[in-house]
Amino acid sequence: MSLPTHLHYTEEHEWLEERDGTVRVGVTHYASEALGDIVYVQLPEVGEQITAGESCGELESTKSVSDLFAPATGEVVAVNESVVDDPSLVNADPFGDGWLLELRVSENGKLLTAEQYAELTSG
Amino acid sequence: MTDMSNDRIPLAALEHGTPFADRHVGPMPAELARMLDVVGVGSLEELGQHAVPDGIRERDLQMTLPEPATEAEALDELHDLAQRCRPHAEMIGLGYYPTITPPVIRRNVIENPAWYTAYTPYQPEISQGRLEALLNFQTMVADLTGVPVSNSSMLDESTAASEGMTLVRRAGRAKSPRFVVDTDTLPQTISVLRTRAEPLGIEVVMADLSEGVDGLPEGEFFGALLAYPGASGSLRDHEAVIAEIHRRGAMAVVAADLLALTLLRAPGEIGADVVVGTTQRFGVPMGFGGPHAGYMAVRQGLERQLPGRLVGVSVDADGDQAYRLALQTREQHIRREKATSNICTAQVLLAVVASMYAVYHGPEGLRAIAARTHRMAAVLAAQFRHAGIEVVHEDFFDTVVTRVPGRADEVIAAAKRAGINLRRVDADHVGISCDETTSRDRLALVWQAFGLDTADLADVDDLDARTPDALPKALRRTSEYLTHPVFHQHRSETSLLRYLRRLSDSDVALDRSMIPLGSCTMKLNATAEMEPITWPAFAELHPFAPAEDAEGLLQVVSDLEGWLAEITGYDAVSLQPNAGSQGEFAGLLAIRAYHHDRGESEREVCLIPASAHGTNAASAVMAGLRVVVVRCDDSGNIEMDHLRELVEKHRDDLAAIMITYPSTHGVYEDTVQDVCGLVHDAGGQVYVDGANLNALIGLARMGKFGSDVSHLNLHKTFCIPHGGGGPGVGPIGVRGHLSPFLPNHPLQPQAGPETGVGPISAAPWGSASILPISWAYVRMMGSDGLRRATLTAVAAANYVARRLDEYFPVLYTGSGGFVAHECILDLRSITKDSGVSVEDVAKRLCDYGLHAPTMSFPVAGTLMVEPTESENLAELDRFCDAMIAIRAEIDKVAAGQWPADDNPLVHAPHTAASLVGEWDHAYGRQEAAYPMGTSMAKVWPPVRRIDGARGDRNLVCSCPPLSAYEE
Repeated sequence: MSLPTHLHYTEEHEWLEERDGTVRVGVTHYASEALGDIVYVQLPEVGEQITAGESCGELESTKSVSDLFAPATGEVVAVNESVVDDPSLVNADPFGDGWLLELRVSENGKLLTAEQYAELTSG
Repeated sequence: MTDMSNDRIPLAALEHGTPFADRHVGPMPAELARMLDVVGVGSLEELGQHAVPDGIRERDLQMTLPEPATEAEALDELHDLAQRCRPHAEMIGLGYYPTITPPVIRRNVIENPAWYTAYTPYQPEISQGRLEALLNFQTMVADLTGVPVSNSSMLDESTAASEGMTLVRRAGRAKSPRFVVDTDTLPQTISVLRTRAEPLGIEVVMADLSEGVDGLPEGEFFGALLAYPGASGSLRDHEAVIAEIHRRGAMAVVAADLLALTLLRAPGEIGADVVVGTTQRFGVPMGFGGPHAGYMAVRQGLERQLPGRLVGVSVDADGDQAYRLALQTREQHIRREKATSNICTAQVLLAVVASMYAVYHGPEGLRAIAARTHRMAAVLAAQFRHAGIEVVHEDFFDTVVTRVPGRADEVIAAAKRAGINLRRVDADHVGISCDETTSRDRLALVWQAFGLDTADLADVDDLDARTPDALPKALRRTSEYLTHPVFHQHRSETSLLRYLRRLSDSDVALDRSMIPLGSCTMKLNATAEMEPITWPAFAELHPFAPAEDAEGLLQVVSDLEGWLAEITGYDAVSLQPNAGSQGEFAGLLAIRAYHHDRGESEREVCLIPASAHGTNAASAVMAGLRVVVVRCDDSGNIEMDHLRELVEKHRDDLAAIMITYPSTHGVYEDTVQDVCGLVHDAGGQVYVDGANLNALIGLARMGKFGSDVSHLNLHKTFCIPHGGGGPGVGPIGVRGHLSPFLPNHPLQPQAGPETGVGPISAAPWGSASILPISWAYVRMMGSDGLRRATLTAVAAANYVARRLDEYFPVLYTGSGGFVAHECILDLRSITKDSGVSVEDVAKRLCDYGLHAPTMSFPVAGTLMVEPTESENLAELDRFCDAMIAIRAEIDKVAAGQWPADDNPLVHAPHTAASLVGEWDHAYGRQEAAYPMGTSMAKVWPPVRRIDGARGDRNLVCSCPPLSAYEE
């Protein structure tokens, strides 16, 4: 799957999409493949302050439980209730319907371009 | 003239018959010789010299153990010990009650190897029988407690309550470290809670809630534990208290008696978030403390926080309903120090017994048993009142507390003379608990013990007719329970007998196949070892009865403690921990207490190698330690440079290192003594996990090569059966300096040192009633027999490794090219080339009538094989031949002869039903089901490959409605 070039990426395999004053966050196709069948998604609550690089949720698959690391510091303004109800969306459409949360960013974390991220995951 | 010349066998030897060791060890001498030939050594001794590092090997180690007894002799000795036990009519209560195990359940479950020799259902396709029984258990608990999700058992009530405490702490949002505990909670539970709370920084606040809401403390707390009924027998309506707990942002854990719940409002109906307790009185004998199945159930929304194992419903490859363990990723082997708890195995065998008790009696039968229990108590109290003896509580279920100023000891002594044990509450109060076995005649004996003359007594039947129930109206149960057909269909013995057989026929236990699970040591559970555990003399003792009643069983305890100390080289042993996980916790607590005692409480770092079992890390966190991971090198050994670096860095705060020996990778590491030395030099203690002790006995002893404390798994090394996922017993051995910090118990002072860390299990000697199994094993094997078992286990693993290496490369070996008692087969490059996964191979083994080895532990993409000493050459070869045949199948997939998505591996396992329909596969029906030809021993899996993800996404953890079974 080719990487959407309009997105930013992190070393923790998340993508960020700039929207009107907020940022939408999800995990990459690469991450969802590596995790396997995702069965449970635990997300922070709307209104919660999260800190770049710290765990703010969990993705649980049939073979592992992985932390969701905050890609930036800021306030959670929305979470995707659809993936909470149907975690398979993360596998089926990681860059679309499988998005996880939206943030009002107060401070950016370390971001990668699509090209840099592709390089990171090519090894 | 008689020829007495050459082949005379002395009468002493003839009298002895076949030594037990010859029965326990699988390979006959000629078979062993062939195995050693393949391994490339001349004798077992030579193998020992090559495989075990010189530094730790104790040459010609003679353990001081009794000379081996025959089966008959050992059973005679146990009979004598049983005669030194005198179970009374146990009316002590406190969470343990006499119960009647229906004989059909005793013989066909507890005494049936098809149930007791099974392993944890990690291969669900060949475990459907016990998974169904556990689903019945979960349904029973959920129905009775009124909260929807129950797990498939806990170790006991007190540890279940402790897990409830930590569950509400991590699930809730309250920041306070305080946990409120009802003063009317079982005393052993209060003590276990304190042991668990202290290292986690939880403050236990006792609260007298007899007057309701006002008893709650001021200020914040994160949760509260309420007793229903209380330890005193008192029944209180907790609804308002729970509402107030919720209003204050905390959660409520209710410890409830399941039998009482057949008559009482369910805790879920009065707002409980978590409900815990025991199912002991559902047909499981008291056994001087255990084993029994504890339980835990939670309200909707907390199910992903549940510790332990949870059975869920999913579907198989044909879309048929099938059961499996759900949410496995929450377990400690994946989450390590972030696990929700360190619980692995639970009490499956006992959960099966309790669930079948409910299946057999049904809701009406259970209600009748509860009614008998309650009515006996009501009449007991009425008579006391009639005779002018004060009864403390108006409302109760089964327990009556009387006030007899200054006379408690006299009454209890009189009752004991009449064959009854009562509870001494204090000098002025006596408690009496009724149960399924209480009779009017027994009540008469109790009244006599209180000094009531027959003339003073009202006629019992009259009293019965005019005494109302002592259950408050507001607490009477109106909701239904156990409505599922399974609790109605098997009420005749014939029907239950066939149901039990049908279920066990779905499963593969040691009575059908070797179970070569690495790190699990699935060896023989000999019948002679098993027989004594259901003898009434051991089974019917109350754990808090006077120790003199249990003299014979306490002799078993002290013999076994002594023998285990001798075998491991330690100075003292505690048998209290009722699972390996609890042993780990107890051992680490001893280390922590030792440092604190020396004024070095800053020592809080626990080093754990990357290769360790995840439970180690979870236990360390529970014991208040901080986990720091030591790297392992490419061959799976501890990276010594990294260890040196970490030891230097943590010189001031190093508490311990926790290692497994032989390593989790099945290798005798040469460096173990250096590791111990480094850690000791920095002031740390060494914990050696005894999971792999089966590779050491008679060759080396942890207590001598540098370890300070270990837990042992009696259910691995010492023949206690796995029971399909419990019971386990996890005693700890310690060197002398740690012995003051072993577990103890508030109700049995002789169960541990006064300076101990408190109880870590509900019962003083843990699962005491199954200790005769390990006692018999050691008694019948003797020093030479145990050593021979070890070396044969190592020989068997090396034999399998040599035979399979060219088909599935053996991942790790020690410096001499030998493995220890298990070997890891590396499938990663095979999977890369062919697409055939470890799971495909495991499921394909079902078609070959075999149980798979451990999958993807400790290394993903591998299989770990531990054959044990008990398998003979024919069975080892059956396994190896199957694996070699499977490799040939894989090669056909890799070569394109079979499509990657249509071959017998990817479609495995095959049910009989899947063969009779239309067949349009690239391989034939016979290749599917009889890959070794039609003469092979065939075990038909009852279901096809189970869809794991679907079951985890749609969690269903109680019996599905009957419509789900319809076509």
